[in-house]
Amino acid sequence: MTLLAGVRKGARGVAWYLKGLLGEDAYEKYVAHHEADAASGAHAAHPLMTEREFWRDQTDRQDQNPQGRCC
Amino acid sequence: MGAASSTTEEPTVLKRVPHDLAVALNPEELDAHDRRWTPLKVAIWSVISLLGGLSWVMLAVVRGETVNAIWFVFAAICTYLIGYRFYSKFIEKHIVRPDDRRATPAEYKADGKDFAATDRRVLFGHHFAAIAGAGPLVGPVLAAQMGYLPGTIWIIVGVVLAGAVQDYLILHFSMRRGGRSLGQMARDELGVIGGTAALIATLVIMVIIVAILALVVTNALAESPWGVFSVGMTIPIALFMGCYLRFFRPGKITEISIIGFVLLIAAIVGGGMVAGTDWGQTYLLLDKVTIAWGIIIYGFIAAILPVWLLLAPRDYLSTFMKIGTIGMLAVAIVIIRPEINVPAVSGFATTGTGPVVAGTLFPFLFVTIACGALSGFHALIASGTTPKLIQKERQTRFIGYGGMLMESLVAVMALVAALSIDRGIYFAMNASPALTGGTVQGAVAFVNSLGLTGVNLTPSMLTDMATNVGEESIVSRTGGAPTLAVGLSHIMQQLVGGTSMMSFWYHFAIMFEALFILTAVDAGTRVARFMLQDSLGNFFPKFKNTSWRPGAWAATAIMVAAWGAVLLMGVTDPLGGINTLFPLFGIANQLLAAIALAVCMAIVAKRGLFKYLWVVALPLGFAAVVTISASFLKIFSTTPGIGYFAQNRAFSEALSSGETSFGTAPSVLAMEAVVRNTMVQGVLSIVFVVLAIIVILTAIQATVRAYRNQSSATSEDEAVQSQIYAPAGFIMTPPEKVLQAEWDALPVHKKITIEGH
Repeated sequence: MTLLAGVRKGARGVAWYLKGLLGEDAYEKYVAHHEADAASGAHAAHPLMTEREFWRDQTDRQDQNPQGRCC
Repeated sequence: MGAASSTTEEPTVLKRVPHDLAVALNPEELDAHDRRWTPLKVAIWSVISLLGGLSWVMLAVVRGETVNAIWFVFAAICTYLIGYRFYSKFIEKHIVRPDDRRATPAEYKADGKDFAATDRRVLFGHHFAAIAGAGPLVGPVLAAQMGYLPGTIWIIVGVVLAGAVQDYLILHFSMRRGGRSLGQMARDELGVIGGTAALIATLVIMVIIVAILALVVTNALAESPWGVFSVGMTIPIALFMGCYLRFFRPGKITEISIIGFVLLIAAIVGGGMVAGTDWGQTYLLLDKVTIAWGIIIYGFIAAILPVWLLLAPRDYLSTFMKIGTIGMLAVAIVIIRPEINVPAVSGFATTGTGPVVAGTLFPFLFVTIACGALSGFHALIASGTTPKLIQKERQTRFIGYGGMLMESLVAVMALVAALSIDRGIYFAMNASPALTGGTVQGAVAFVNSLGLTGVNLTPSMLTDMATNVGEESIVSRTGGAPTLAVGLSHIMQQLVGGTSMMSFWYHFAIMFEALFILTAVDAGTRVARFMLQDSLGNFFPKFKNTSWRPGAWAATAIMVAAWGAVLLMGVTDPLGGINTLFPLFGIANQLLAAIALAVCMAIVAKRGLFKYLWVVALPLGFAAVVTISASFLKIFSTTPGIGYFAQNRAFSEALSSGETSFGTAPSVLAMEAVVRNTMVQGVLSIVFVVLAIIVILTAIQATVRAYRNQSSATSEDEAVQSQIYAPAGFIMTPPEKVLQAEWDALPVHKKITIEGH
């Protein structure tokens, strides 16, 4: 049982790392940031983008701000 | 938001926010922990030092008939660990002086998009994937002709004292400036002249680097229906992935990357079948010029298509493949432990007559291997995305210095892979067609005429290897990528599949390199286009608007034409292409490093840290001496094999005296091509070296001025109090564990205290 739990924990770790590396968690981070922003009331809250809008916005921003890849 | 301290050094109180939690460890406590040498710590570091020392002895002193590859890996890893633990700590303590009480741009500019605090281990992988490309895989392969030792020493020592130092400092300095780019920092620190020279140099260098990367792919795909098919298939695969993410399941990146990876493997297997058909032989067996035009047209279209359609999905695939393949190669080398049968230092190191790249060890070894030891291009990455994602200041050592050490390890493994194949085959693959005639007989005759001890190449060795890897021929497959692919398949087949799998592994390796070279070509063209539009905008304001289509297309076309011209020049060069152009790539990359280090020197001087200026001045001096002397040799040398203008003169004179063939050029047309190419290459060398000298001189001027004035003027952003905590390195230290446990115990809703904008 403990072995199984260990394997499960390891697999979750790998999945977490892969998601982070490929940037799949970007939307979650955006939502968390947005909530914190709204909670602090520091800014006129921007409307929260839906997941689809967010990913479109993300690649569109990359169009305007390209990043080099190294040799 | 907490009160911002007014100076860059030591705010008086260690702020505890949000409640009673510290956002940073007490500096004294940290220092005490570092200085406390427990018996266990002493034992571990003794073992690392002894193992590292033993490995270097095995490599450099013992020099038996053969040397086992495992010693390369041990020598590298032990030296990296020592460099990381001691030298980077020294730099951290005396030059970088990070302060975890200061918020990073990811915290004080947080927008949940471009500026977002990212877990240090994830960011490490992210940064590594962005800096490591084809460079560390190609340079060491070409430098293997000088023997195994010079390249190994330069890669390992160079990274510890130069490459990783540059990456670390640029990353930290850019982070302290809100993620400012290298070009902006050059303008801030070096003034208008130095800044402009740095900007132009960066643009020209990018063109050269993209051109030569494209040349490497062209050489790998020419006359290879299998390669053309499988690499060509990456385009529809990426388009499919792009549409899937855009319209079907946005954000499911891991899922589509796995689907893409499976399709990629299918494309490699399918390539083998297609290559055997008449159809494949008729339509996909393409010569270099056709492939080069294909890449040029592809490059233009890819750079004007929206990012989501092609660039972003291929980037996911490339990251996936990169981490996977490098990990796989590392495991294979450790398990297989290939014996290496190459002299420590070959005669070519001193005679400079090596057929792969011309020139003696000094300075040409140091420009042939750029990436992996010292790569200026990294300065563009380390001042791009990464600094905007760092959680805490003290993490820059792990990400900047540590990330570069990882790239260096990749270079060592590429060197091992290249060294593990038969030396006769190595030279047959890497000598230009001008020397081998492109035929098996010609290659055998040429390689055996080199008089290398222990090398006895037979025609069947070449034809057998070609059959095993599923290619028509492996003679004169220059550029480094095919050699690495043969080395990788040679190692991997011992682990999985045997000889029958060699052709799969070979094309897997070619695909893996082509994938990120094409990404680099596409991304490089885009970045260069924006830089060009920005510069043109000073004269024609309309160009500043980057969403103005005609301007964007025109600027893209100009950039593609620039690298395309260099690519075509390399492909059609009667002298062989890669061996004349690769030094230009290395010189360009190292000159960019010199520019980056010059900016670092000016910053360190302005901080008043003259006592430790040598940490930057040492690699800067070395990079400057190497690249300037290499450039001068390329410009002024009277040996035609080395000097561009000497070659130019020799061919011009032959032409004017009415000769119809000269050296390796069989016709008047080819001779005219040599005259034209050497002139272009020579002029480019002059442009590079002049720009670099201007930048270095302005940096020295800024340093001297800072010394005279003793002013502590800084271009850093103002310090902002941090409200979050995270550990610095990969593994938490005991004091970090204690503090982290306190933070973990905090209720979730109280943790999010980041304010932004």
